[in-house]
Amino acid sequence: MAPGAAGLYVGRMVRFTSVGLRYAPPAGSSDPGVGQDVLSNLDFHLPAGSFHWLTGPSGAGKSSLLRLMQLAQRPTRGEVEVLGVVTSRARRSELPALRRRIGVVFQDFRLLPHLSAFDNIALPLRIAGRAELALRADVTEMLRWVGLEPKAESLPPELSGGEQQRIAIARAVVMRPALLLADEPTGNLDAVQSRRVLSLLQEMHRMGTTVVVATHSDSLVSAYPGPALRLADGRLER
Amino acid sequence: MSETGKFTVSRWASRRPVLRRGRGRDPLGLRQALPGVLLPAVALAMTLLATLALGGAFGARALALRWQEGAAAAVTVQLPDMDQARVARALAALRELPDLVDARPMDQARMAALLRPWLGEIPALPLPAILELRFDPLPDNPEALALRIISVVPGAAVETQGVWVARMVALATKVQQTALVAVLLVLLLAVAVVTVGIRAGLSARQDVIAILHDLGATDGEIAHRFAGRVALLCVLGALAGLALALPTLLAFSGLAGSLMGRMPVSRLAELPWRGLPWPFLLALPVAVAALGWATAQLTVRGWLKRLP
Ligand SMILES: Nc1ncnc2c1ncn2[C@@H]1O[C@H](COP(=O)(O)OP(=O)(O)OP(=O)(O)O)[C@@H](O)[C@H]1O
Ligand SMILES: [Mg+2]
Repeated sequence: MAPGAAGLYVGRMVRFTSVGLRYAPPAGSSDPGVGQDVLSNLDFHLPAGSFHWLTGPSGAGKSSLLRLMQLAQRPTRGEVEVLGVVTSRARRSELPALRRRIGVVFQDFRLLPHLSAFDNIALPLRIAGRAELALRADVTEMLRWVGLEPKAESLPPELSGGEQQRIAIARAVVMRPALLLADEPTGNLDAVQSRRVLSLLQEMHRMGTTVVVATHSDSLVSAYPGPALRLADGRLER
Repeated sequence: MSETGKFTVSRWASRRPVLRRGRGRDPLGLRQALPGVLLPAVALAMTLLATLALGGAFGARALALRWQEGAAAAVTVQLPDMDQARVARALAALRELPDLVDARPMDQARMAALLRPWLGEIPALPLPAILELRFDPLPDNPEALALRIISVVPGAAVETQGVWVARMVALATKVQQTALVAVLLVLLLAVAVVTVGIRAGLSARQDVIAILHDLGATDGEIAHRFAGRVALLCVLGALAGLALALPTLLAFSGLAGSLMGRMPVSRLAELPWRGLPWPFLLALPVAVAALGWATAQLTVRGWLKRLP
């Protein structure tokens, strides 16, 4: 089966209503004024099957917004609805199943350093309880898709930044997520590799996955025009 | 480089993937985060102490039971014949003694049973009258008590070794209680140490746990991995602890046996294997593993609550 084919979800994929986020001040911080709103008054929705850029200067809050969508962070205010579930009303135990339907390429990859490329890509499948025999073919196909089959047994520290990024993309996609969130997926890549990654992401989009790609590179956006959420200082510019 | 050198390197390289496949099933890297030293050592110490304490408790209980059988009364007073009037007079005088809770003639059937090994079935033989006295608290000075009894019941023979037996029984009961308290303390201490060990493992792996959590792992799955590893390490430690405790236990049991009048042994098969409380001993590793498992589950699930 091709990646993404199972991820079809009809209707509203993501909806933010008056969402605000403020990180808790670090423990022991004496200044009560510390902890500015990182995101405020976010109102938008992403239809299922759409492709969106998420742009804005460094520090604008792009990664924070993706963390909210990915259910790795609860909003301080407002409602976040993902895959038809209003997360403030969901029980904590319902969230893992939801997270498994969301693929994430983290800005800093977050690969497990002690696991091989193969095992890193297999991780979401193993978490979902797939049988070893069944997941082998999927992982190998994913490795081929990102062009890293010969590096299957390499550990992340033995791979170049660009290779690690492609492993991270393969791990995000291997579960055929309904929602794919990519945070600066071309940050470590040269022009050729960037084009390659972008076409991988667009292939996912063509197969029905809802895709959000965060970047601060305007040239990338103009090279691949599409609808964009523009963040500046934690607010959306329309 | 020589040919052998190349051979070794290529053989090592070809084995690498196999090793790494194995690691895929240990995504938390628990083999490093919960190394196989601290937890087995704790489980070993816990089992060793618990086994010795339990062994002591069982030994003391066996001794106490055995001694109680032989000495139903603290003090016995023997009168030369069964003359009813004389027995009644003696009982009346004895009831004046301080701390006495019971004084009665020994049951004839029981006396016959006690004497049978010595005298055989000779019902015609005139038996002496034996009065059994019980005290609470036990007399501090049995010899003085004996002299006092002889002064109020002239012609009586007084036997006070029951006082010592009762004291030994009381001591054995105390040993038993102390041993059980010791087991409880050891368990509490072990839970504390295991918790600290697991917390160390959790903070060593917090980045990895956060990644697994963000990829959709449930608290239950993460806790299960920790608890499984902890239970395995605990079982191994507990079995080692049991093996270490056995010689001492057998020595305890042998000692108790010789106090009960058995012969000391010289061969392995003659050791008092059957005297050991096997169901308890075999349940110990299971209990230790269950304890480690439950501690891990609670600790890990509590820790994971900090994640959204
Ligand atoms: N875990 C955190 N705790 C506290 N503050 C944080 C945390 N993560 C981010 N921030 C703050 O939130 C703001 C937005 O950060 P964020 O990472 O979302 O920006 P970004 O748009 O992704 O930036 P970049 O393009 O550099 O990746 C920053 O000011 C940052 O200092
Ligand atoms: Mg960012």
